[in-house]
Amino acid sequence: MNTFYSKWLGGKKGVIELAVLAAFIFIVLPLWLDIFRLNMVGKYLTYAFAAVGLVMVWGYGGILSLGQGVFFGIGGYCMAMFLKLEASDPVSTARQTTPGIPDFMDWNQVTSLPLFWEPFHSLIFTLIAVIVVPGVIAYVIGAAMFKRRVSGVYFSIITQAIAAILTILVVGQQGMTGGINGITDLKTLHGWNINSNSAKYILYYVNGALLLGVIVLCKYVLSSKFGRLLLAMRDKEDRVRFSGYDVANFKIFTFSLGAAISAIGGAMFTLQVGFMSPSLIGIVPSIEMVIFAAIGGRMSLVGAVYGTWLVNYGKTAFSESFPSLWLFLMGALFIGVVMLFPNGLAGLYNSYLKERLEKLVLKFKQSGLFKKLNPVKTELQNEQ
Amino acid sequence: MDGYSISELWSILVMQGFSGLSLFSVLLLMALGLAIIFGQMGVINMAHGEFMTIGAYTIYLFSKVTEQYFPSLMPYYFLVAIFAAFAIAFAVGYLVEYSLIRHLYKRPLDTLLATWGLSLIMQQIFRSVFGAREVSATLPDWLMGSWQPTPDIDIPLNGLFVMGISIAVTIAVVLFLYRSNWGLKVRATTQNRIMAGSVGINTKKVDRITFAVGCGIAGIAGASFTTIASTGPTSGSLYIVDTFLVVVFGGAGSIIGTVSSAFSIAQAQSILTFFLTNAMGKVVTLMTIIIILMMRPEGLFTSKVRK
Amino acid sequence: MSNEYALAVEDLTVSFDGFKAVDGLNLYVDKNELRVIIGPNGAGKTTVLDLICGKTRATSGTIRFKGVELTKYPEYKIVQAGVGRKFQTPSIYENLTVLENLEISFPRGRSVFGSLTFVRSQDVTDRILEIAETIFLSEHLEEQAGLLSHGQKQWLEIGMLLIQDPELLMLDEPVAGMSVSEREKTAELLNKISQGRSVIVIEHDMEFVKRIAHKVTVLHQGKVLAEGNMDAVQNNPKVIEVYLGH
Repeated sequence: MNTFYSKWLGGKKGVIELAVLAAFIFIVLPLWLDIFRLNMVGKYLTYAFAAVGLVMVWGYGGILSLGQGVFFGIGGYCMAMFLKLEASDPVSTARQTTPGIPDFMDWNQVTSLPLFWEPFHSLIFTLIAVIVVPGVIAYVIGAAMFKRRVSGVYFSIITQAIAAILTILVVGQQGMTGGINGITDLKTLHGWNINSNSAKYILYYVNGALLLGVIVLCKYVLSSKFGRLLLAMRDKEDRVRFSGYDVANFKIFTFSLGAAISAIGGAMFTLQVGFMSPSLIGIVPSIEMVIFAAIGGRMSLVGAVYGTWLVNYGKTAFSESFPSLWLFLMGALFIGVVMLFPNGLAGLYNSYLKERLEKLVLKFKQSGLFKKLNPVKTELQNEQ
Repeated sequence: MDGYSISELWSILVMQGFSGLSLFSVLLLMALGLAIIFGQMGVINMAHGEFMTIGAYTIYLFSKVTEQYFPSLMPYYFLVAIFAAFAIAFAVGYLVEYSLIRHLYKRPLDTLLATWGLSLIMQQIFRSVFGAREVSATLPDWLMGSWQPTPDIDIPLNGLFVMGISIAVTIAVVLFLYRSNWGLKVRATTQNRIMAGSVGINTKKVDRITFAVGCGIAGIAGASFTTIASTGPTSGSLYIVDTFLVVVFGGAGSIIGTVSSAFSIAQAQSILTFFLTNAMGKVVTLMTIIIILMMRPEGLFTSKVRK
Repeated sequence: MSNEYALAVEDLTVSFDGFKAVDGLNLYVDKNELRVIIGPNGAGKTTVLDLICGKTRATSGTIRFKGVELTKYPEYKIVQAGVGRKFQTPSIYENLTVLENLEISFPRGRSVFGSLTFVRSQDVTDRILEIAETIFLSEHLEEQAGLLSHGQKQWLEIGMLLIQDPELLMLDEPVAGMSVSEREKTAELLNKISQGRSVIVIEHDMEFVKRIAHKVTVLHQGKVLAEGNMDAVQNNPKVIEVYLGH
């Protein structure tokens, strides 16, 4: 239990962080927003998986992946394939030339279900595939690149090219993937209507719980020797290598972990939003995911969630009223976060807000009301 | 391939090959600029495509102004406009280096993000100024038409012209790097920044000029681009991934590498596009490059040195 | 039989674009021997260490360590075979504490999953304390490594190798940037740690070399110019020529 507290949750500071985030996701947002808006926030929070993955890969691993959307998308497509098959039962598709296959296949003169679609009749297979397929793809890409010491901008450019390739491929193979429109008209999950309001609430909470679970898992990874090795590798990679570690394996694992995490987000996206399309896997969404993580603070797991929420909130708010202004602002965000506050919101919090909060806490304690409150201060200061 | 005779197939190959050469010319110009910058400073400029767009819009503006006010000069404006495209892209590049890039030299990944932000802003500026729709420059008559060496083969003149520009610029870059005093300083800085600094080379100034020249060349790429396609706010960004791959594939800092990798990528894409679909041609090309890069990550033309 | 030697390097050559940095080198190091490699700048000293530890790949030749051929091994396997390497500039993890630096170097949990489940058990702590004692850093365990003095960083890196208990230890200029008293202590340290293992040291400081070397190898232009005890080498006319002749 003790190791669970210190390693998985990250001690007192970690628990407070998580509790605040949990309260924000589970209590504040649902009370504040109607179901339409809440569903939208749910969508943002699926991107947060990708951002959390990037904190691990980029923030701690030092590997900037510009293809995170690829894994988000694959997770999403896996889920969408299952849902689409369920929506395409022979009865409701009786009017098609070939009943029982997804409508877009029928429109594209495909007469039988492609072989790789078959296993997605099974929910269990789908749930496994959501994590395993992107994980394996990331493993292959990572193994090919890291074993050969491809790193830095080379890696970034290649992952970006992979995002481009996958988009072209998905758009081009309309008959198998739904093309540019993606996979749409998803209705039920094992007969459960995912478009109903109650389902949206449930999915929102499931999403939030998964997100917190993923963050806790990442905290554990970072608190282990693995986490210290990642820091050591960013500092002196050769020293780690010449201390008997196969550095590439650690990068491959981190990259695959980040991929699997993003993929969970993708699957939750499909469930909550009801479609999956190539617009979520290409170059642009992939690099936007990087900005989510950067705004939150590239080394902060919980920061990634706030960053994602904030940027998307801004995007929605601005796009509704001043669409052209948003791109300027987005551009400025990229430049600003890199030039002015490279540690994002987490950095701002640490350098400005934290001290004030500490003073407040101290005042509380001195007032005698919170005698029992342990000294948070020293612990927070050690963090600096 | 059924339905084609051998001679037809040959003609197709020649024409497809030639359209590959037009793509090659634009890619080469884009990649040259990027390669010089990447080779020297190790940063990748994600907004490089937008500098190409600057060049393209410059040509467009010149063509409109000339058409409107000096119609008699129409046959000549293009030559002046190319220099203007270079000059404007150079100036903007200079400014960007000064205000942004120079603060980020030690952080290549951050440069990637900041210049991506820059590209968003530039695209939006283009959209606000020129509109979201694509525009076309009015080309001088002598760029129209085609050359027919055989009845089956039809080679457009603009393509030939674009190739001419690329060859000229490549030669100019080689001369600049290997024959001029500036080039010497650039090469010195590339090889050993600290030493170059200590023998009195103003490495910061060298960086700035190099960056600006790279952007200027992208401007010329944009000028070439207008002769084969119309220009929109995001025209440049369509080329950026290919350009990156050209640079990485060729091996940073090697001009021969850049030229041959631009050539092979453009040719492969153009010929595959004919036999497969447009999308699949591109997918196969990009995949091949990535697989080759995985086997030879340092690119095709780099020499082995002690690291 | 080369098996008698801990390390047997034969006909080792590496060329960079035609330039032979190491050229047909033969080098044999015994168990319990402390060998010092000297030579003018550019003689190929560091490159030899790079070749042995796998940082640079040989163009031709063999490197046998306890009879095992190392030239085709990846770096981490060479380390796991028992070869430790200290770099010229102290290479430690500046952001971690001394303790964490040593812990990371502890030879357990070296795989991905091993590192995820690694726990700092009593034997790990004991070993860290023991090594810290040896490298004079017992008082600094909780200190951030980046804050140590240059000499202390050198010691820490040596300690990070010692904790792996390597059978061959290669040190590239271990006393560079050290004060006189620190050099004294380092000489003691090296004499102590060369027991039970082979040590190769690259060093320029002749006084220091005299104090520690069992045998000295002089490299020049990638080849062995002379080999023997310190006196013989110092009086070798070829060596004098190389060092003073031009």
